[in-house]
Amino acid sequence: MVLMSVKFDLKKRVKLAQTVWFMYWFAVMAGVLVFSMGLFFKIELRKRSELMDNKESHFLPNLLILMGLIACAINAFGGKICYDSLDPNKFVKWKSMLKSFLVSCMVFNGLLFMTALLCFLMRIPLQFTLAEGLKNGMKYYKDTDTPGRCYMKRTLDLMQMEFRCCGNDNYRDWFEIQWVSNRYLDFGAKEVKDRLGSNVDGQYLMDGVPFSCCNPSSPRPCIQNQMTNNTAHYSYDHYTEELNVWKHGCRDAMLSYYGGLMNTIGALVLLVTILEVAVTIGLQYVNSSLSTLANPEDPESESEGWILEKTVKETFTDIMATMKSMGKGTKVEEGGEAAVATVS
Amino acid sequence: MVVMKMKFPFQKRVKLAQGLWLLSWCATVAGAITFTLGCILKTELRRRAEVMDNSDIHVVPNTLMIVGLASLGINYFSSKICQDALDAGRFPRWKKMLKPYFAVSCFFTVLMLLAVIMSFAMKGSLESSLKVGLRNGIRFYKDTDTPGRCFQKQNIDRLQMDFQCCGNNDFRDWFEVQWISNRYLDFSSKEVKDRIKSNVDGRYLLDGVPFSCCNPSSPRPCIQFHLTNNSAHYNYDYQTEELNIYLRGCREALVHYYMGLMNAIGAGVLSVFLLQASVLVSLRFLQTSMEAVAGNENTEIETEGYLLEKPLKETIMEYVEPVMKFFLLTNQVEEGTPGAPAST
Repeated sequence: MVLMSVKFDLKKRVKLAQTVWFMYWFAVMAGVLVFSMGLFFKIELRKRSELMDNKESHFLPNLLILMGLIACAINAFGGKICYDSLDPNKFVKWKSMLKSFLVSCMVFNGLLFMTALLCFLMRIPLQFTLAEGLKNGMKYYKDTDTPGRCYMKRTLDLMQMEFRCCGNDNYRDWFEIQWVSNRYLDFGAKEVKDRLGSNVDGQYLMDGVPFSCCNPSSPRPCIQNQMTNNTAHYSYDHYTEELNVWKHGCRDAMLSYYGGLMNTIGALVLLVTILEVAVTIGLQYVNSSLSTLANPEDPESESEGWILEKTVKETFTDIMATMKSMGKGTKVEEGGEAAVATVS
Repeated sequence: MVVMKMKFPFQKRVKLAQGLWLLSWCATVAGAITFTLGCILKTELRRRAEVMDNSDIHVVPNTLMIVGLASLGINYFSSKICQDALDAGRFPRWKKMLKPYFAVSCFFTVLMLLAVIMSFAMKGSLESSLKVGLRNGIRFYKDTDTPGRCFQKQNIDRLQMDFQCCGNNDFRDWFEVQWISNRYLDFSSKEVKDRIKSNVDGRYLLDGVPFSCCNPSSPRPCIQFHLTNNSAHYNYDYQTEELNIYLRGCREALVHYYMGLMNAIGAGVLSVFLLQASVLVSLRFLQTSMEAVAGNENTEIETEGYLLEKPLKETIMEYVEPVMKFFLLTNQVEEGTPGAPAST
C-alpha cells in the first residue's frame, strides 16, 4: 500500500519537474536569506558584546550561517537533479544516489526545524547574560583610561540614546554607582569630600544621570543633576516629571529588541523549513514517477508517483529491521567462529 | 550633407537589432533605478525639511523622477521598435511615430543631463536654505508651547545627535540665543536678573549648550554649562578641550551629507544618461538603415545608415520651426493682409 500515490503521464511529469525546479530556486534564495539573517544576528551581538560581558554565546548565529550555506548547496544540487530529470539519458546517472540524497534532505529538514525551535528558546540564557553585562557596564562607565574598558562609556551612551532607555531597571541605578571618574573630581572641594564621606565604600555618589539619559521630547532643557531635589530647579517636581529622562530600563529595552529579532528569525526559519519539506516531497514524486514507467523504453508511458512505497508503519519496521540486521551481522560472525571452534 | 554615414550589411543590421534589444532592456532597468534614486533623494530631503528655509533643492529629485519614468517609456518603445525592425512587414507602422518619438526622447535625455548638472550646481542654494532654516530652528528651540513650533526642540536635538554637530556655524551660536524658555526661569533669583540685564533685548543668555551637543566619545561626563569658564570645572581648559561637545556646525554637516548623496546619485545618473544616449543613437542607425530596405524585394541588401540627414543646425531649425511658426505666424498673417489691400 503506497502512501499518497498519484498517476503521471508525460505532460504531468514535465510540469512536476519544472515546478519543483522553480521551487528549488526559491529555496536557494531562502537559504541565502537564512545565511544573511545569521550574519546580521552575529553582527548585532558583536556590536554590543561589551555590554554582555563578552560571554554571549555565538552558537545560534553560527548555526544559522552553517544551515544557510548547506541549504544553498543542497537546493542547488536538487535543482540540478530536477533539471536533468526532464532528459531520461541524463537522469540515469543520478538514479543511484537519489535515495541517499533524499534521506539526507530529510535529516537536514529535521535539523532546520530544531534550529527554528532554538531561536525561540535561546531568549532565556540571553536574558541572564544581558542582566549581568549591563550591571558591569555601568560600573565601568567611568573607566575611560583603563585599557579594555575605555570604550564602555561611549558604548553605553550610544546604547542609551539608540534604545531610549536609562540605567539597568530604571534611572535610579545611576544613583548607586560612581560614574564620574576620580580624574575629574576636585578632592579639595568640600562638596566632594562630603559625598565621599557619606557612604561606606568612599564612592562619589550623586542623584544625577549621564546626558545620554535625556529625552529630546521634553519641553524643558534636560535636568541631569540633583534630580531628586525639587528646590534645586524652578517649577520642577521629580515625582510628576515624566518626559525629562527616559523611563525604561535598558535591560528590558535590549531584551525586547533581541527577543523580537530572534522571534522574527525563528518564524522565517520555520517558513523555510516548510518550503524545504515541500521541495523534498516534490523531488520524491519526481524520483518515484520516473522509476515506475509502465514501459521502460517509452518515455511517454504512464507512471505512478508516491511519497512512501509502503505505509508509514511498514517503512518504520523496515528501517528497524535493516538496522537490526546490520547489528546482527557482527554477532553472526562471532557465532560462526565459535561454532567452528567448538566443532573442531 | 549627412552626418556620420555608416555601411550596414545584412548581418550587421541583424546584430545591431539584437544588441539594441538587449541594450533597451538594460536601459529600462536603468530608468527604473533613476526613478528610485529620485524617490530616495526626495525622502531624505523631506526628512529634514524643518531646517530648510525653501524647497528649491527639490527640483533635483523631481526632475530625476520625471526623467526616470520617461526613460522607462522611451526604452520600452525602443525595444518594441527594434523587435519589429527586422520584419519588413511590421516596421512600416512605426514610420509615422518615429520623428516625434526621437524629438521627445532627445528632450528627456537632455533633461537627464541637466538634472546631473543641477545636482552638482545647487550646493549654494542648499547651503543658504540651511543657513536660514537652522538659524530659525535655534531661535525657536525654546518655544515648546507655541503651536507650530512645539517640535523644534525635538527636531534640533535629534538633528544634532544624528549628525554629530552643534549649532549653525559652531557651538557658539547657542550663546547668542535664549534657548531656555521663560517658563523655567526663576525671575526672582539674582542670577537670572543679572543675566537678563546684561544685554539690550533682555534675554537670558548663557555660555551653555543643550545636551544634544554632547559627544559620547568624551572621556569625561559632558560639560554643558559655563563652557568658557575654566575655573567652574576641575581640570578643564575650554581652549584645548576637543571631545567634550561636537565642534562641527550643523550646516556644514548637513551640506556635506546631502552633497555626498547627490554626487553619488549624479554619478549613477550620468552613466544612465550615457546608456540612454547610446540606445537612441543605435536606434537612429537601425531606423535609417532599414528605411533604405523598404520597398525592396531583397531584404538582405547592404544599406547605408546615418545619424542626421542634414547638418545639425538645419535639423534643429526643422524641429523648432513648426513651434516658432505656431507662435509667430498668426501675427504675421494679420499684419500682411490689411497691408496688401492698402497698397493696391
